[in-house]
Amino acid sequence: MKYLSRSLLAVSALALTTAVAEAKTFVYCSEASPEGFDPSPYTAGTTFDASAHPVYNRLTEFKKGTTEVEPGLAESWEVSEDGTVYTFKLRQGVKWQSNDRFTPTRDFNADDVIFSFQRQGDPNHPWHQYIPGITYEYYTSMDMPNLVKSIEKVDDYTVKFTLNQPEAPFLANIAMPFASIVSKEYADALDQAGTREDLNNMPIGTGPFKFVAYQKDAVIRYQKNADYWGEAPKIDDLIFAITPDSSVRLQKLKAGECHLMPYPAPADLEAIKADTSLKLDEQPGLNVGYLAYNTTMAPFDNPKVRKALNMAINKQAIIDGVFQGAAEPAKNPIPPTMWSYNDSIQDDSYDPQAAKAMLEAEGVTGLSMNIWAMPVQRPYMPNARRTAELMQEDLSKVGVNAQIVSYEWGEYLSKSMEAGRDGAVILGWTGDNGDPDNFLSVLLSCDSAKEGGANRAFWCNEEFSDLLQKAKATADQAERTKLYEQAQVIFKDQAPWLTIAHSTQYVPMRSEVSGFVMSPLGDFTFETVDLAE
Amino acid sequence: MVRFLLSKLLYLVPTFLGITIVAFGFVRILPGDPVLLMAGERGVSPERHAELSAQLGFDKPIVMQYLDFLGRLLQGDLGNSLVTKKPVLTEFLALFPATVELGLCAIVIATLVGVPVGVLAAIKRGSWFDQVSMTSALVGFSMPIFWWGLLLIIFFSGYLGWTPVSGRISLMYFFPQGTGFMLIDSLMSGQDGAFASAVSHLILPSIVLATIPLAVIARQTRSAMLEVMGEDYVRTARAKGMPRRRVIGVHALRNAMIPVVTTIGLQIGVLIAGAILTETIFSWPGIGKWMIDSISRRDYPVVQSGLLLIAGMVMVVNLLVDLTYGLINPRIRAT
Repeated sequence: MKYLSRSLLAVSALALTTAVAEAKTFVYCSEASPEGFDPSPYTAGTTFDASAHPVYNRLTEFKKGTTEVEPGLAESWEVSEDGTVYTFKLRQGVKWQSNDRFTPTRDFNADDVIFSFQRQGDPNHPWHQYIPGITYEYYTSMDMPNLVKSIEKVDDYTVKFTLNQPEAPFLANIAMPFASIVSKEYADALDQAGTREDLNNMPIGTGPFKFVAYQKDAVIRYQKNADYWGEAPKIDDLIFAITPDSSVRLQKLKAGECHLMPYPAPADLEAIKADTSLKLDEQPGLNVGYLAYNTTMAPFDNPKVRKALNMAINKQAIIDGVFQGAAEPAKNPIPPTMWSYNDSIQDDSYDPQAAKAMLEAEGVTGLSMNIWAMPVQRPYMPNARRTAELMQEDLSKVGVNAQIVSYEWGEYLSKSMEAGRDGAVILGWTGDNGDPDNFLSVLLSCDSAKEGGANRAFWCNEEFSDLLQKAKATADQAERTKLYEQAQVIFKDQAPWLTIAHSTQYVPMRSEVSGFVMSPLGDFTFETVDLAE
Repeated sequence: MVRFLLSKLLYLVPTFLGITIVAFGFVRILPGDPVLLMAGERGVSPERHAELSAQLGFDKPIVMQYLDFLGRLLQGDLGNSLVTKKPVLTEFLALFPATVELGLCAIVIATLVGVPVGVLAAIKRGSWFDQVSMTSALVGFSMPIFWWGLLLIIFFSGYLGWTPVSGRISLMYFFPQGTGFMLIDSLMSGQDGAFASAVSHLILPSIVLATIPLAVIARQTRSAMLEVMGEDYVRTARAKGMPRRRVIGVHALRNAMIPVVTTIGLQIGVLIAGAILTETIFSWPGIGKWMIDSISRRDYPVVQSGLLLIAGMVMVVNLLVDLTYGLINPRIRAT
């Protein structure tokens, strides 16, 4: 045994040294398997990290480390006066990648853009159902079918999008993974070969890395794209080692089996900070965890009662006890890193005595209510059950008797949106595109209070919703900022939620890693990373 | 022998039909539906929900859905995953060799260690060896796999650095997955050190997965041995002055092996249950992890067809075990 282990050690040590000499290989211990490699039919961040970000590009892109939109495959664009026509000038000389079955004969052009959007939007498009049962959930949920009237090719390098109504977040929407541009020529070639499903298995893109191979649930391999139109990656090979358990990811990181990992367990953070071979990047997450009252039911239809309950709950205790300090208390429904965050708003202070008095003044005594605790862990809420317990304790001090209820996750999501639901629901949101509309409209508008929406407070405030509509139709960001700031004032005054926290994101990596840029959207991208010798 | 085999095979038909019902029903009894889980926090409008359900065939009456499933099954179509959209069989075949490789190593370890320990404990009944081994077996049997696996990783991979943390082979090696069995593929690749790397990656997960079967087999062997050693024919053999080794090796052990082989055969179910956790912790791309992921996403086709495939495997193994009895004990063959 001793001999065996020694020889194994020698072998692995040898393998490691030769690796360093040959090529720079970067290993990312990813947390789950991608659903596929065509970004458009899927919704999981893991899938986008493995497909949209390394392999593909979009017309517009999020500037690294921000939610600002910058030119991608579109070099520039013009927006018509009324905000409904977007004309994109496409980048020239962008090469498509190749693999052993496909060699492109032309560069990226307008045909690819039209193909990429129409296959999602047009149910009669020959590629709409290229795999039976496929759907384009992000395209649908971003309301693109109702928004996009037409897409036209003006010439090989100019594309015109006409919208049904002005939509300020449009440029951010098309920077999202679902709007990745795929090669029409590759699709045609697959069609001829009778292997259409390979669009989802062997992706060809314009991005910084070329897809090499995927071994299901184990390893994904990429190679640097030498023809990349942007700044070339500094590493030669990129490998995703799929490692679902967070403790095991950390052990792999420590052992040098990978260079960077996502989602460390909160309990491991101290140990990571103490380890000199590792470093820890952190940044506030683009998320919010909240408790949504049912504002259509007495006594929660009374804003004063909601305010009183908010004042009865000790947020800081939740942040210390549940988030282990890795969060900041939330006072607005959008996180502080998002533009238009209204910092002048005063949070309701934790004051059980005043809360009790307020409840009595409103004639609410002996209140009994349910608190819904979600059964799963999410980036915005590490432990909903524990959070609910702390709330229960706080509420009992002001004479409110709270029971904790929970359901299986799918059930939880649907039951919590049923009209007439009792009590208050713990839930949260992580931003898709960095636009305030992506929080406020999705979670709090009158439209979203209907069945199938995500407004779990069932809160419909006309004034608030009007402001959102107005902001959506306004192109000028300064103007929009004012409208959203105003909307946040109404939100605070009406208190449909207890805003709990904005959690912090952590990314542990080995100390030899440089150049990694954290994304506020929670993406993991590696074209800028480098390894010290 | 042929009649014996045929009667056994005949029993499989109703069993298999029963399993289709259980496999089909099981995942549908669970609350929550795949469309809602796909939509997540965002929610999905009732119209869109109906549209998607119809597209997936969930709008039909449950009996019709079951008959559809059976009908396609008879044509050899196990359906497509709702998540990856790939045929269930393709996914199963890609992952199954990894589980078999791990399971075989585990059962070999469990048998090669468990049987001798059990025999020795029986012969030296009441000795310190008996006490220590049976207490360890009890501990092993009660060990939570997840915790045990992590403990081994932290000690052997983290602290001592003897074994790799997880995966099937070092990422340095990249070769086509011909058979799906890493030990074979690494040998065939001809790459230096690939086989050693594959072996080193197998050590910890095999030990973890072997722990519970090992404990069960050791205990079963011990009690079967003790029972047989009290039998008249063993006493007679001894009285005839036969060497002790021969009495134990031929007369006692061979008869004691029948319940032990049953136990080993039954461990296949335990192995699959253990594989779910072992595969998750060691990032082992097998069917255990695949099933658990699919259950949590309510990926109906994967769960129902996957369960069916696994149940089929268990049935085949049990059949083989039955046949093995016949080899060990001709009397069973006759009846």
